Amino acid sequence: MNNATAVSLLAQLNAGEVRSEDVVRRYLDRAESHKRLNVFVHLDPERALDQARAVDARRQAGQPVGALAGVPVAIKDLLCVEGEPTTCGSRMLRTFRPPYDATVITKLKEAGAILFGKTNMDEFAMGSSTENSAYGPTLNPWDEERIPGGSSGGSAAAVAADFAPVSLGSDTGGSIRQPAAVCGVVGLKPTYGRVSRYGLIAFASSLDQIGPFTHDLADAALLLKVISGHDDRDATSVDRAVPDYPATLDKTPGSLRIGVAREFFGEGLDPEVETAVREAIRIYQKAGAIIEDVSLPNSKYGVPAYYIVAPAECSSNLSRYDGTIFGHRAEDWSPKYPGEEDLHPLVRMMMASRAEGFGAEVKRRIMLGTFALSAGYADQYYNQALKVRRLIRNGFDEAFKKVDVILGPTSPSPAFKLGERTADPLAMYLSDIYTITANLAGIPGLSIPCGYTRSNLPIGLQLLAPAFAEENLLRTARVFERETDWHARRPGLS
Amino acid sequence: MSHPYDVVIGLEIHVQLQTESKMFSWCGTEFGLPPNTQTDPVSLGMPGTLPVMNRKAFDLALKTALALHAEIAPFTKWDRKNYYYPDLPKNYQISQYDLPFSVGGWLDVPERKDGGGGGRCGLTRVHLEEDTGKLTHAAGGFSEVDLNRAGIPLLEIVGEPDLRSAADARGCLEELRLTLRYLGVSDCEMQEGSLRCDANVNLHIHKDGRTIATPIVEIKNLNSFRAVEKALNYETERQYAKWREDGLTIKDAPKTTRGWNDVEEVTKPQREKETAADYRYFPEPDLVPVVVDDAWKERVRASIGELPAARRKRFEGEYGLSPYDADVLVEQGQDVADYYDAVAKSTGAYKLASNWIQQDVLRTIKDKKQTIADFPITPDALADLINRVERGELNTNQGREVLGRMIETGDPAEVVIEIGGYRMVSDRDDIAKAVDAALAANPQAIEDLKKGKKKPEAVKGFLRGQVMKQTGGKANPAVVGDLLEARLSELLA
Repeated sequence: MNNATAVSLLAQLNAGEVRSEDVVRRYLDRAESHKRLNVFVHLDPERALDQARAVDARRQAGQPVGALAGVPVAIKDLLCVEGEPTTCGSRMLRTFRPPYDATVITKLKEAGAILFGKTNMDEFAMGSSTENSAYGPTLNPWDEERIPGGSSGGSAAAVAADFAPVSLGSDTGGSIRQPAAVCGVVGLKPTYGRVSRYGLIAFASSLDQIGPFTHDLADAALLLKVISGHDDRDATSVDRAVPDYPATLDKTPGSLRIGVAREFFGEGLDPEVETAVREAIRIYQKAGAIIEDVSLPNSKYGVPAYYIVAPAECSSNLSRYDGTIFGHRAEDWSPKYPGEEDLHPLVRMMMASRAEGFGAEVKRRIMLGTFALSAGYADQYYNQALKVRRLIRNGFDEAFKKVDVILGPTSPSPAFKLGERTADPLAMYLSDIYTITANLAGIPGLSIPCGYTRSNLPIGLQLLAPAFAEENLLRTARVFERETDWHARRPGLS
Repeated sequence: MSHPYDVVIGLEIHVQLQTESKMFSWCGTEFGLPPNTQTDPVSLGMPGTLPVMNRKAFDLALKTALALHAEIAPFTKWDRKNYYYPDLPKNYQISQYDLPFSVGGWLDVPERKDGGGGGRCGLTRVHLEEDTGKLTHAAGGFSEVDLNRAGIPLLEIVGEPDLRSAADARGCLEELRLTLRYLGVSDCEMQEGSLRCDANVNLHIHKDGRTIATPIVEIKNLNSFRAVEKALNYETERQYAKWREDGLTIKDAPKTTRGWNDVEEVTKPQREKETAADYRYFPEPDLVPVVVDDAWKERVRASIGELPAARRKRFEGEYGLSPYDADVLVEQGQDVADYYDAVAKSTGAYKLASNWIQQDVLRTIKDKKQTIADFPITPDALADLINRVERGELNTNQGREVLGRMIETGDPAEVVIEIGGYRMVSDRDDIAKAVDAALAANPQAIEDLKKGKKKPEAVKGFLRGQVMKQTGGKANPAVVGDLLEARLSELLA
C-alpha cells in the first residue's frame, strides 16, 4: 500500500482487497509519525475514519460508489469545508469554520473521497515557500532543511511524503506547479474557469484556480475530471463539457509540436535545472515530437504586472477581515501612536485587528495593492498592468498557432533553504518567474518530475497549453512520463 | 421671483428593486423580518463566497432605464467600490463605475397646484449596485448591524441639476415614484427605505450683472416627500444668509454634506465617512461583463405598460376629463387608473364615472384603509349603478345609498334597489302633492319669501329639501325644482 496512487488504491478497494478504513489508518499513522514536517494545519482522525467507514459500508452493501470512493484527499487550508477549521494559514482566520462547502469539496464528497485534513500554506496563498504560514513552515520531505515551495507547500509535501495519495491546492502565480516541482510530484493548474472557485478563499480572484497534486498523470486526470465543470455559484466558471481525461490519457497526441520559449532559459536559471529540462526536450524529440523555438517577448513583464494585479485584488478581497464580522478581533485598540486619539474607536479596532491578524507578506501586498488602485496612480499601475496582461495573453495566442504545448522549467531553482529568501521579497517573487504568465493568460499549466539534482532534490518540467486544452496537455505529459521513471522516485523519509 | 437668486437642485435617488432574491445571491429579500435572518453566506460576504448576477434584477433595471428614455449601454461591467464601513460586510460594494448600464434619459414632470413641476428633468445616468446593510444606533454608544438589506438590488438614478425649486424637486420625485410603481419595479416606500433621496443644492446669486454660485451642499436623510421640500427650502434660505454673511462661493469651499433633522426642521453638518476620499474602484473580477443585445432590450421594452404621463393624456383625450381629474385618477396608482378605465369603458359616462370613483370609491377604501384590490364592487357593477343614475332611475343620493348597501351585502344594484325600494319618483302628480304638503307645513318660509327678509335661493333650497323629505328622498330633483318653482310663482304672484 506504500506510495499508492489513487488509481491503484481504487483498484484494491473495488476488488475488496482493502477497506478504506485501513487505508485511512495507514495514512493517519504515517502522518502522525512524521508530524515534524508540519504538513497539516488540521487533521481530525475520527472524522476521516467516519467517512471511510461510511464508504466501506456502501461498498459492502453493493451500493453504487463514486469515482474516488474511499480515497483520501488532502485539502489546502483555503478551501471551505463545512464545519471544519479553514484558516488560510493565517492568524486572522484561526477560529473560522465555514457554514458551507466549497464546490470542489461538494464534488469530492459526491465522488466518495475521504477529506483528509487541511494542509499548511503561505498565509492567504501569498508566498513561494510556505514560510509565510502563521502555523510555522512545512518542511520539504526530500530535505527537511529546505522549503516545500508555496503557497500550496502542505498539499505538495503531503503527496510527496505519502501522507495522502492525492491532494488539492490552488495556483494564483505558480502555487501548485512550483511546490509540485520542488517536491517531486505532479501539479496541475487548470484553465481559469475550468474549476469552480466557489468556496476558495480568494487571494486574487482573476488568477486563482484550484488543481490537484498527484504522483502521476493518471491520478491528475482522474482528479481533474472530478473537480471540473460549470458551477451556478461561480460566474467565472465556464459552461463547457468536461472531457473524460482518464479515458484519453494514454492516446498519443494527434499532434506533438512542442515550443521551447527562449525567455524560459534566461538569467537566474539553475544549471542543473536547465540540464534536466534540456534532457526532457531530447526525450520528446526521441518520442517523435517536433521541437520549435517560440518567443514570448512580453513574459519579462509578467512578474511586475502580476505584482500589481494580484495585490490590487487581494487588497480588496482581504478588506473584509477587520474584526467586525470576520477575522481576528484585537482586544486592545487604545490609541498607541500620535494622532490615533482622533480616530473613531471602530477604526482603531479595525486597525489593531488587522495589524495583529495579518503577517508581514500579506500586509506588504495589501499596501502594494492599495497604492496601485489609488486615485491618481491607478492609470499608471493597475490599468497599465491590465494592458500588459492582454499583451501576454496575445503572445501565448501567437505561440500556440505554431505549437501545441510550450515546455520549460517550472521553477528556476530546486528547493531552497528555509530562511534563505525570507529577507528578500524580490528573490522570493522570482521563484514564480516561469509560472506567473500562465495565470495572467488564464491558460492551463502542469509540472511533472523530470530529474534530480546531484544532492537529490527534485526538478520540475512545466508544460503549458492553450485554454481548455487540458486533455492534450495531459496526453503530451504522459508521453514523457512513459519514457521516464522520475515520477516513481520517493523521498527516503526516516 | 422676489429673490435675487436661482436655486439649482439635482437629485440622487436610490431605489430598491422588487425581486425575490438578492442582486448577487439566492437569499430572500422580504422586508420587516428579524435582523440578520434574510442572509446567506454570499450576502454576508463570507470568505470564499462569490456573487452571481440576478438576471431578473437586471431586467427590472433595464425596464426602468428604458422607461426613462435612457440610452442602454451594449456592454456594461461591475466594479468594486472599496471603503470600510460596518454595514458593508465585504468592505467593498459591488457597483458600476465608468461603464454604467445606462446613461442619459429624462422624466417629464406634470405641473403642480403649488406652482412646481411642469418641466423636464434630465438624467445623468442610472446604474445598478447592491444595497448595504443598516446600522441602528442603540443605547450605550453601541451600533447594531442588520444585514437583511445587504445585497438587495439597488438602482441609483442620478438627476441633472435641472430643478429650480423645492416644489420642483418634490414634483420630480413624486412623478418618478409614480412611474416606478406603474413599472412594477419597486414599491417605493420612503418610510421603509425602498426609495431614498439625496439632494444637491446651491444658489446662483445675481449681483451687479454677475452670477455667483454658492458652495454645493448635499442633503442626506430625506425620509419623506415633505422632508425633501422642507429641507430644500430651509437650505436655500440658509445658503443665502450664509453667503450674505461670509461671501463664500463654490470656488472657495468644497462640497459638504448636511443631514436633515426632521424634528428640529434644520440641516446640520454631517461627519464624512472616514475613508470616503478614495474608493479605489476597479473591475469586479468575480463577475463577468454584461452584453445587452437588441433582442434583450426589445423583450424588456415590450413589458413596459402605459406610464402615468401617457395615461393622463389619454384620460383627457379619450374620456374628456379635465387635467385635474385625469391627474387625481392616475396618481392613485395603476390599479385605480385601471379600475377607472374599466368603469368608464363599461358605462360610457366618463365624467360621472370619474366623479363616482374620486368621491365614493376612493373615500370608501381610504376610510377602510384598503386598496382598490380590496374594493368589492366590480367595475361592471359600479358602471351599472352609474348608468341607473345617469338614466334617472336613481338620484345621486339614492345612488350613494345603493352603493353603500352593495358594499355591505355584495348584491348587485338591481337587487339592492328592489329590496330597498330605491327608485326615483318622477311622477308629477305625486311630486305636486309633496310640494303642497311641504308648503303647508312651512308657512313661515312663504312669509320669508314675501317679505324678502332672507335670500330667496336659501329659502327655496330649504323648501326643496322639505319636498324630498316628503317623498322619502326618492323624488326626481329636477321635477321637484320645476314644480316648486311653479307653485311658488302662483303663491307669490
